[in-house]
Amino acid sequence: MLKIKNLQKTFNPGTVNAKTALAGLNLTLNNGDFVTVIGGNGAGKSTMLNAISGVWKPDYGTIEIDGVDVTNMPEYKRAKFLGRVFQDPMMGTAPDMEIAENLGIARRRGTKRRLRWGIRKAERQEYKELLATLELGLENRLSSKVGLLSGGQRQAVTLLMATLNRPKLLLLDEHTAALDPKTAAKVLEITNKIVTENNLTTLMITHNMHDAIEYGNRLIMMHEGKVIVDVSGEEKKKLTISQLLELFEKASGSEFANDKVMLSK
Amino acid sequence: MAFLNVLPGAIAEGLIWGLMAIGVYISYKILDIADLSVDGSICTGACVCVVMLAAGNPIWLCMLASVIAGALAGVLTGLFHTALGIPAILAGILTQLILYSVNLSILGGKSLIAIDIRSTNLIMHMSDNPMAIVSAGLIIVATIIGLWLFFYTETGLTIKSTGDNPHMSRAQGVNVDLNKVIGLAISNGIVALAGSLLAQYKGSANINDGRGAIVIGLAAIFIGLSVSLKIKPNFVCSLIGVIGGGIVYYIIYNFVILLGLKTDYLKMLSAIIVALFIAVPYLKTKYFTKQKPIPIVQNNGGDEDA
Repeated sequence: MLKIKNLQKTFNPGTVNAKTALAGLNLTLNNGDFVTVIGGNGAGKSTMLNAISGVWKPDYGTIEIDGVDVTNMPEYKRAKFLGRVFQDPMMGTAPDMEIAENLGIARRRGTKRRLRWGIRKAERQEYKELLATLELGLENRLSSKVGLLSGGQRQAVTLLMATLNRPKLLLLDEHTAALDPKTAAKVLEITNKIVTENNLTTLMITHNMHDAIEYGNRLIMMHEGKVIVDVSGEEKKKLTISQLLELFEKASGSEFANDKVMLSK
Repeated sequence: MAFLNVLPGAIAEGLIWGLMAIGVYISYKILDIADLSVDGSICTGACVCVVMLAAGNPIWLCMLASVIAGALAGVLTGLFHTALGIPAILAGILTQLILYSVNLSILGGKSLIAIDIRSTNLIMHMSDNPMAIVSAGLIIVATIIGLWLFFYTETGLTIKSTGDNPHMSRAQGVNVDLNKVIGLAISNGIVALAGSLLAQYKGSANINDGRGAIVIGLAAIFIGLSVSLKIKPNFVCSLIGVIGGGIVYYIIYNFVILLGLKTDYLKMLSAIIVALFIAVPYLKTKYFTKQKPIPIVQNNGGDEDA
């Protein structure tokens, strides 16, 4: 489904601020893989998702989604393959527009926008039912401006928008990190439900080792712009946090120094 | 009494500038771009209309040509901004400057061309204010209905989202750059339409028409929205508010002239109105927002060891 080959990216090359964010990253996802991604600050997790989304062009390497080489495809064009949810709840939705309008725009991701009605009547009913599955009481607020919703509600709506048109690949960039623990758990639960029910190929970055082990069928750990640990199947199911830290130390030759991760043990 | 005499004229001119302000509303409020090219495109609208009329074309064709010319000016600003990476404000200034030369050449190097109002069928002229008000009113109603429908279409919704959240738009497969160009074309097309009405109303096109138009447009938007957002914060209501803002602006304008203010100061007055409307809400939140008292938490025993 996703094939990343020897991906490299250096920010501010040739200056004192040069930072190699991706150093020859290789990753292949199979259809239906639900992969959790962990790693310290600056490991290149978000950079990887941005590269896949096409926020900028990589210096070197190729990205293939579902057999299509998207390395040089502009961000808005490759959006048809992708569903994205960001860390910042403000980024995934248009605040001054209605919930239904946001969903209507997401519904047409990957199609040519024409001078047809932006939301048809039948869609409203469908959106109402979908919003009801979130169990956040949004089903009767189709005409509310998204800006009036809480962070958790906005993330849930963004998740719905990302998966409304079945994406080839769902990219979740620490999408619960900015939420309070209770809301985060709720959004994660919704995420798991949507991903498993639709058998979506998913990359989910998290800073919570517990979540990384609990969710998905595969776990990768990144360090200095590369994948250094990749476990899946039975091996992953049996994984514990201390084993994970051990794996990290063995693979990277350094200690796992990230307060956020350590604290969330 | 003198004030009542100038009222019809103020309303007619207010309607024309209100229409122009709707164009500014699309760039400033919907696309979130302060597009300064409108100072030039309103004049382009006036010049094209007058020159086409002088060549003996029917008035509808002249106005259509004005709209197209304005839209092209918007496309130019949009391409400067999106394709060449020039900041939006500067892109607008560059287009404005280009349009000054373009407008001069449209006028054949003259600074003013008058319309022969006896031999041409205009849809409005300052000699007949009621007629001008009806004509301008009909065009405004048609424009608002057209925009209202457009912004419910697939394309229209993504233009709204482009201004509201470009991140989200790109993630949902929206071509943000193309949408900015389309939005600026519509905006400047409407501004140029207002320019063609202005030329007819005044009976001439002047190379200096439209200097400071952006400021008048913004003044109309701020005055209008300060009322209409309190009544009903939706799209059509906002546009009607903007038209109302244009009328109020011209009533104030005429009133101030009647009071004896030298016309030399009128541009300064417009700028002050805009500055006040932006500054007052800002200063209010900065200096006059009362801090809520900190709620007193009752300590019901327990953590006494601290």
